[in-house]
Amino acid sequence: MPDARYAVAAVVITAAVTWTLRALPFAALAPLRASGTVQYLSTRMPAGVMLILVVYCLRDIPLTQPRALAPVVALAVTVGLHLWRRNALLSIVGGTAVHVILASTVFAT
Amino acid sequence: MRIAPPVVGDTPAPTPVPTSAPPSRPLSGLRVALGDTASVGLAFVPIGLAFGALVTQSGIDWWWASLSAALIYAGSFEFLLIGMVAAAVPLASIAATAFMVNVRHVFYALSYPLHRVQGRLGKAYGTFALSDEAYALTSGEKARSWPGPRIIGLQLLLHLYWVGGATAGALLGSLIPEGVTGLDFALTALFTVLAVDAVRDLRGDLPTPLLALLSALFARLLFPGELLLAAFALFTLGLLVRHLATGRRPGRA
Repeated sequence: MPDARYAVAAVVITAAVTWTLRALPFAALAPLRASGTVQYLSTRMPAGVMLILVVYCLRDIPLTQPRALAPVVALAVTVGLHLWRRNALLSIVGGTAVHVILASTVFAT
Repeated sequence: MRIAPPVVGDTPAPTPVPTSAPPSRPLSGLRVALGDTASVGLAFVPIGLAFGALVTQSGIDWWWASLSAALIYAGSFEFLLIGMVAAAVPLASIAATAFMVNVRHVFYALSYPLHRVQGRLGKAYGTFALSDEAYALTSGEKARSWPGPRIIGLQLLLHLYWVGGATAGALLGSLIPEGVTGLDFALTALFTVLAVDAVRDLRGDLPTPLLALLSALFARLLFPGELLLAAFALFTLGLLVRHLATGRRPGRA
């Protein structure tokens, strides 16, 4: 265990930075809410943001190695399940289970 | 089982001016939120389990997982923080990394309906608990008509699921057999599900997801160390250019 005071300080500092980033923009954007451009962005950004987060999660896939198949197959299973049943929990548990099984057995390092 | 939730979303004093929102108690907001968060919220449990298990596997005490989940509540960065704390990285580096990874949240103010949340405490909590998932659920098409208490109730429940999952994972993590790996994919799967739903909300507006994917791939190639920030900036810029180029005609929403 690292020094407890240090570990707590790391959490408090991160929390302060994160809350600041989440709260401050509202003060800056308040006058802009009525603008057509902000409304244009606000309806389109959620989808793009989530897609970017997916790419970010997969950024370290070793594309040249066979073990890259585990996250690729798991991603396909997640999307397939979700398009089929539209049940978020089923899609997430199914995709994660496929990944754990593949990463722990076939592609175990 | 009776849980007394902290009172959120209520104005601290009765105001003489009638508000536009119908008077509703936080408890009823919570009850509705149980349905709103059922599937995504439950997905927090495997991710929380993975997070908590990773904390104890890294030699950090179990309570740190609960503390981090309660105070930071930014899952993807919390995963990164485990490694940094285990390696005793200087606090200044932690603050800088937290800024870079979480700076994406400044964009969330464009879509999160803070104007519908009542009261100073409600607004403070609404911004504090504005995680990626809370943002996805409260800025989607389904949420356009939701009143403040329903939004805050949803965020409070997601927050509780996250703390509960992280704590359980930290306490039970030692039960996961050696060699079982890959649980962290739960976070990727959660974002994938939210992305599929959000893209479907766009009703066939294909340029937007294409622009996002291109921004992410460009950022991955050109600024691999700052992928998130670069991708969000490129994506926002691309949307603005597209908006101006189409002559601001009232296009299909």
